[in-house]
Amino acid sequence: MPDLSILSARLDPVKPVLPWLLLALGIAAPFALSAYDLNLLARFMAMGIVALGIVLIWGHGGILSLGQGVFFGLGGYAIAMHMKVADLPAGEIPDFMLWSGRESLPLWWTPFASPIFTILAILLVPALLGALFSWAVFHRRVGGTYFALITQAMALAFATLIISRQDVTGGFNGLTDFYSVFGFGLSSPGVPTGLYWVTLALLCVGFIGLRWLLASRFGMLLRAARDGENRVRFLGYSPTPFKVVAFAIAAMLAGVGGALFTLHAGVVSPALIGVVPSIEMVVWVAIGGRYSLAGAVVGALLVNLARDAVSSAFPELWLYLMGALFIFVVTLLPRGLAGLFKGKGA
Amino acid sequence: MSGSATSDLLLSVDGVTIDYSGFKALDGFSLTLNRGERRVVIGPNGAGKSTLCDTIIGRVRPSEGRVIFKGEDIHRLPEQQIVARGICRKFQAPGVLPTLSVRDNLALAARKDRRWWKSFGTGIPAEEKQAVDEALDMVALTHRAGVEAGTLAHGEKQWLEIAMVLATGAELLLLDEPTAGMGPAETSRTAELILSLGDSRTVLVIDHDMSFVEQLAAPVTVMHQGRFLKQGSIAEVRADPEVAAVYLGHTA
Amino acid sequence: MDALFLNQLFNGASLASLYLLAALGLALSFGLMRVINMAHGEMLMLGGYLAWMTLLVVPGAAGIILAIPVAFVGAAAMGGLIQSTLIRRLSARPLDTLLATWGVSLILQQAARDLFGAIGVEVRAPEWLAGSFTLAGVTLPSARLFIIAIAALVLGALALLLLKSRIGLLVRAVNQDRMMASASGIDVKLVDFAVFCLGSGIAGLAGVMLALLGPVTPSVGQSYIIPAFLVVVMGGLGSIVGTTASAIILGLFAALAQIFVDVSVAQMLLLVFVILFIQVRPQGVIAVKSRQLDA
Repeated sequence: MPDLSILSARLDPVKPVLPWLLLALGIAAPFALSAYDLNLLARFMAMGIVALGIVLIWGHGGILSLGQGVFFGLGGYAIAMHMKVADLPAGEIPDFMLWSGRESLPLWWTPFASPIFTILAILLVPALLGALFSWAVFHRRVGGTYFALITQAMALAFATLIISRQDVTGGFNGLTDFYSVFGFGLSSPGVPTGLYWVTLALLCVGFIGLRWLLASRFGMLLRAARDGENRVRFLGYSPTPFKVVAFAIAAMLAGVGGALFTLHAGVVSPALIGVVPSIEMVVWVAIGGRYSLAGAVVGALLVNLARDAVSSAFPELWLYLMGALFIFVVTLLPRGLAGLFKGKGA
Repeated sequence: MSGSATSDLLLSVDGVTIDYSGFKALDGFSLTLNRGERRVVIGPNGAGKSTLCDTIIGRVRPSEGRVIFKGEDIHRLPEQQIVARGICRKFQAPGVLPTLSVRDNLALAARKDRRWWKSFGTGIPAEEKQAVDEALDMVALTHRAGVEAGTLAHGEKQWLEIAMVLATGAELLLLDEPTAGMGPAETSRTAELILSLGDSRTVLVIDHDMSFVEQLAAPVTVMHQGRFLKQGSIAEVRADPEVAAVYLGHTA
Repeated sequence: MDALFLNQLFNGASLASLYLLAALGLALSFGLMRVINMAHGEMLMLGGYLAWMTLLVVPGAAGIILAIPVAFVGAAAMGGLIQSTLIRRLSARPLDTLLATWGVSLILQQAARDLFGAIGVEVRAPEWLAGSFTLAGVTLPSARLFIIAIAALVLGALALLLLKSRIGLLVRAVNQDRMMASASGIDVKLVDFAVFCLGSGIAGLAGVMLALLGPVTPSVGQSYIIPAFLVVVMGGLGSIVGTTASAIILGLFAALAQIFVDVSVAQMLLLVFVILFIQVRPQGVIAVKSRQLDA
């Protein structure tokens, strides 16, 4: 490991002000950026919300999920289905269903016409699925590498399922062409900026909420279970609920991030939620710093900025770069960029 | 049989067999402990001492026999429930939670309500805080309360873990080689600490450091190949030819 | 229905053979080092491309026979390189190993795309592998029979190696108690390295088999590696018997499920099956008892 102590000593005084600095930049952005750049920033911030959840489970819980794309997708598809259904004149069905030869809306699509149902679905479906799935694995004391491999299989199965059900999911192309959300026209003046503010606010809520959670006894027990699951058991605690709740919260955050991303990007598709995007979500956090909430948000922003810059010009280069980033960060900088700032991370 | 005699019985390990695919780590082993008793279990390496602890605490499940604690058969309960009944164990290798502070290690141990939905808070009830402070004082770690437990010296970690076991308020303490890796001075202090508990707790100590065992001044049970061999005072056990034979060729 | 069932049974057997060849190396290394190489799928891919190149030089049946050792050695060398430069450094951090080797996997896939093109290359199977037999109304393609035979041969050879040879004795010793083996003078790191090469080589050999079934593409390994991961999860820690049993169960399950549902649902059911299996036997098909204490 290269000696970074000199650098970290210099950066140390910056650490406490960093979240405030980021917040100030976030508030200034709508006044300084073009509409295109603001939209881009909003997408990356939505990904930052996903990254917060990964800090909770991976950094503090020692749970590596290679399937966060599934929860991201559940949130994204929920809001997309709402936008598809809500804009329809009575009795009609979305265009892609017509093209696939369907004549009526599937029953499970209909409640998504309701904004309240949709918001509840975005929050609860990923959380409940995450809780059920992780409980089924953790309560049998299966974890670590096994859990990571199972989550990857989940990401693959979910993406494959969506692609194959073209007539009700939009298949490979996903869902796109949205016009309004909750009654607001997406291209009406002020709405994109408003959505930006919503994203920033939710990012702050997630950040503050997790900060509190990690400082609470829950956070202590989560870290304790990461470092010695049996030790926690022999102190009289069952480690499973702590891991399951953390996983459910991370799943919920991924769902919220996915919904916001879909709003800003105007599309959700299997290419955004499968095996490769799922593991990319981990690399944002690996680069930003797995123990640091602020670091993870910065990581999500930086990696996606870099991706945007590199992959439009040299698409092949991006994959080499990302592969190399994985190897570099994990072997040489396990605490990520946040590790450059001294002080205890976990 | 008088009523008071039976109510004094705290733990009874009853004909327990632990079978590691053919190798019997415990072979029909029995042991009883009364409330407030202090007992030492010794035996050569592989005698089954640690397995005995594993069995009581629920880490391994006996193929035969029962473990009765306060009149209840606990040998099928999950570990955390056994702990909740009032048994706590100190492991051979120090098992502190390395990334938490010394104080937080103790706070988690002293916590009365260990259900997960009661964990969303930071405050410590006065009663638990007092238990933490007492435990810190008892092992002389008050000045180190704020440091990460992983950075403690080996002996300090051993004491922290003993303090954690005490802080849980468990009635029965299982101390598996509490002085492993300690020098003579630290060992003596550990013995004093255990003696200072008096009959407020029931203590089962496993060790093979004879000078330490002598300081504990407690009845000794000798195990050999998973079975009960002898019981008596340390002097009686020392003088016993059978025990001597078992230890020949082993480190005493 | 009966013919369909028998047909899927046969397909399941050949699928199980591929899962097994892909999973054996993973399971062997996992048993020893507790790490999974996410670039293992790319060893399959490498084997496929090596088979294709061998057949360019030596066409026909001799080419296929020659491709097997070439792919084995090539993939073993690549595996050895990954193990000695990367995995060895990370061995105490299994989750980080997953991520770092995923990075390797991305780089290898992109390299294959740049070298051989994204569309993939076609290996022309020789005459004697292109045909098929008909037995009780079921068509048995020779290529699939060949795959089953090779998997059985590999498994037999591996069992012989582990049970009868001195190397096998060392591997079993390290597998059982790493500290003890190290203390008794066994070069544990060398055993790790050798086993990793062997496992990668077997995956390379599986790549030759994949080349007989369809085009070799840069992502060909990805379609088999995730089921192979599930085989490892279900097999039991580093147990060859468990891995074999679990490959057969999952291969048959995947093929038979396709009688009733399409491929994508079958994939979902496979995952559900593994999670349900964990409820019954969390320690895997074969429980390996270990007295090594975790934290």
